[in-house]
Amino acid sequence: MALIELRGVSKIYHLGGEEIRALDNVDLDINGGEFISIIGPSGSGKSTLMHILGCLDSPTKGSIKLDGTEIASASTRDLARIRNEKIGFVFQFFNLLPKLNVLQNVELPLVYAGCGSRERRERAMEALRLVEMDNRAKHRPMQLSGGQQQRAAIARALVNRPKIVFADEPTGNLDSHTGETILKLFHDLSRKGSTIALVTHDPEIAAVTPRKIEIRDGKIAKNVDAKLAGQLDGPKFAVGNQPG
Amino acid sequence: MHLINAILVGLKEIWANKFRSMLTMLGIILGVSSLVAMSALVKGMENGMKEALIAIGGLEKVRVEEQDIPVWQQHLADQAVGTTMNDVHALIRSAPLITMVVPEMRTRNITMTRGGKSISPWNFIGTWPNAVELNQHVVAHGRMFNALDDENARNVCVIGTAVRDALFGSPEQIGREVIPVGEFVNINNQRFKIIGMFEHYESDQDKKRRELQTAKPPEPKGTGPERSRGYGSMGSKGGSRSMGGFVFDLKNNSVYIPLNTMWLRFRAASGTSGTGTGGFGGRSSSGSSSGSGSTAEFVPDPRLSTLSVKIADIDKMDEALQQAKNVMLHTHKGIEDFSFRTQENWSEGITQAISNARMSGGIIAAISLLVGGIGIMNIMLASITERVREIGIRKAIGATFFDVFTQILVESVVIAILGGVAGLFTSNMLVKLLIILSPTENTPVITVESMFLAFAFSVAVGILAGLFPALKAAKLNPIQALRYE
Ligand SMILES: Nc1ncnc2c1ncn2[C@@H]1O[C@H](COP(=O)(O)OP(=O)(O)OP(=O)(O)O)[C@@H](O)[C@H]1O
Ligand SMILES: [Mg+2]
Repeated sequence: MALIELRGVSKIYHLGGEEIRALDNVDLDINGGEFISIIGPSGSGKSTLMHILGCLDSPTKGSIKLDGTEIASASTRDLARIRNEKIGFVFQFFNLLPKLNVLQNVELPLVYAGCGSRERRERAMEALRLVEMDNRAKHRPMQLSGGQQQRAAIARALVNRPKIVFADEPTGNLDSHTGETILKLFHDLSRKGSTIALVTHDPEIAAVTPRKIEIRDGKIAKNVDAKLAGQLDGPKFAVGNQPG
Repeated sequence: MHLINAILVGLKEIWANKFRSMLTMLGIILGVSSLVAMSALVKGMENGMKEALIAIGGLEKVRVEEQDIPVWQQHLADQAVGTTMNDVHALIRSAPLITMVVPEMRTRNITMTRGGKSISPWNFIGTWPNAVELNQHVVAHGRMFNALDDENARNVCVIGTAVRDALFGSPEQIGREVIPVGEFVNINNQRFKIIGMFEHYESDQDKKRRELQTAKPPEPKGTGPERSRGYGSMGSKGGSRSMGGFVFDLKNNSVYIPLNTMWLRFRAASGTSGTGTGGFGGRSSSGSSSGSGSTAEFVPDPRLSTLSVKIADIDKMDEALQQAKNVMLHTHKGIEDFSFRTQENWSEGITQAISNARMSGGIIAAISLLVGGIGIMNIMLASITERVREIGIRKAIGATFFDVFTQILVESVVIAILGGVAGLFTSNMLVKLLIILSPTENTPVITVESMFLAFAFSVAVGILAGLFPALKAAKLNPIQALRYE
């Protein structure tokens, strides 16, 4: 059984009598441990798909099973709990809380999970070590570079050991070099067993991931799995030069 | 998320916006401190009133006063006899719920003179010896007149200190205590012997002030106009008087003489005649010695000015009054030309004043709290608009409706609580300041209840003011919140 199963999922907006099908009858399976990129032109519905996959939004119709449970009709309260326990988000604009330091930001999902302060601290430091940000724990987001902020945000996404991490244009706000280190970080996480779905409109980034889903006008236009097709040998960049 | 965490987050948020939060709290501070200070003032007034109430004889004392005959009994007017000694004896005999009956006869236009000095006492009363007890008098020097003095209608009197001050000089003027017991004075040109003097009555406040003044070095003598503590003294004492202070002036400005003395020496002169309905020899079993009925001799007016009674049990006030009424209706042949005036009636006026003060204080406090609440709501609304993105992020990583709701509500309540605590401190300072500014006023008393009440109100205001912003924040759609720029 797949980690996520989408069947006939549509998201329809009505704007002044006009019907906008942000997602149109999408079927999709994502298995645990996969590293996926979702690609498509602007306005094609990538973010909408990610929001629905990430339980931030409910579809207009269709069914979604996450880990075997139906969530298309779940209450907002259940959705909040699922987001907290099973899903991690990484955003284009990092979205760290400016008034909290890095450690507090990373701890935040655990606060809502009801963890004790000691466990929170330990797990947050562990996540920060994973992204090599443990030496910046007491810094405020404003005192960090873009790449560092994004790594802190990734640590926050990982801290509750989610089933899947969604990243919406995680490199969109970074220069190409920094973007590459972030991509490499995702790749490492994937190799360590995380399930990652990466939204992008950059084909070069999409080329890095084993599986590539292309969206056009709210429909899945292409669904290419490199492993199954045997087309892709591995990531374009070298994995060996990673520190640690 | 735990409540403790929510409170910590709230505190942090408030700390991050110190200045803004302070301004927001100001309304609550004003509201709480005005509520507490006002109720402290009112409490001070109440204490002053209670003191005065005890001084005039407590609630057990009821006065029977003459009253116009009701319209439906006008045709019986010529049979109305007024309140007389008959009533006194009837009440003593037949009203067991009444423990004490004191007849009083007053006369106006009394002038007491001694040497070149004179005074017209406010109370010149002929009565029985037990008036001392009923009116809570204390004979500090000499003695009260007794039944024998009364029976023989002796020319003796017991005076208050204000009368002493006017005729013999006050201790402040003389520089030592003046006890004129044994001296003679003229009352409307009749020689009376002073056989006793009451103690000097004053409220705790006035006592305090007097002690304050004596602590200071005395003013050099001979400068300024001579002060008297007679009639005009109320104004000339200067400064503010404590609540019910006049009650003490009234008591000090009293002269008591035996009832029979009053009747024979002063009523006889005052003219109006009536049918003698029972003698004034009163308690002696024999008929009246002072002549009754239709002798050619001039018969003094036998009517009493008032008649005071003491109720056995304050809880049975209504029954006792009913009993007294029945007895007196009998002696008055069914004509209701009397009424009962309880001290409750007297205290009602002051109670009214106090409740007015409480009311206006309450309104001021309520308005301040309302304004404070609006301030909090305003700030919370501004704050959540500022933090739409933050709320979106929190929701994306798992904050529920309830989490966000409590966070905002707690922030609002924490502001209100801090404001409330600051308000309690402010009110304490305020009351201390009031006491320093006017130490002789009825001391404001801060009550624990008023502090609890004010604090509870501030918390309630915080909750009410926070509800709407918290609801608004908690209902934010995380996606829209995340897209918000
Ligand atoms: N709240 C909304 N109301 C109406 N239409 C919406 C709403 N949200 C999204 N849409 C529409 O849904 C479509 C898909 O939007 P979406 O944000 O998923 O695009 P995207 O693929 O993420 O684009 P980009 O690459 O620019 O981020 C767009 O046409 C958009 O206008
Ligand atoms: Mg998008």
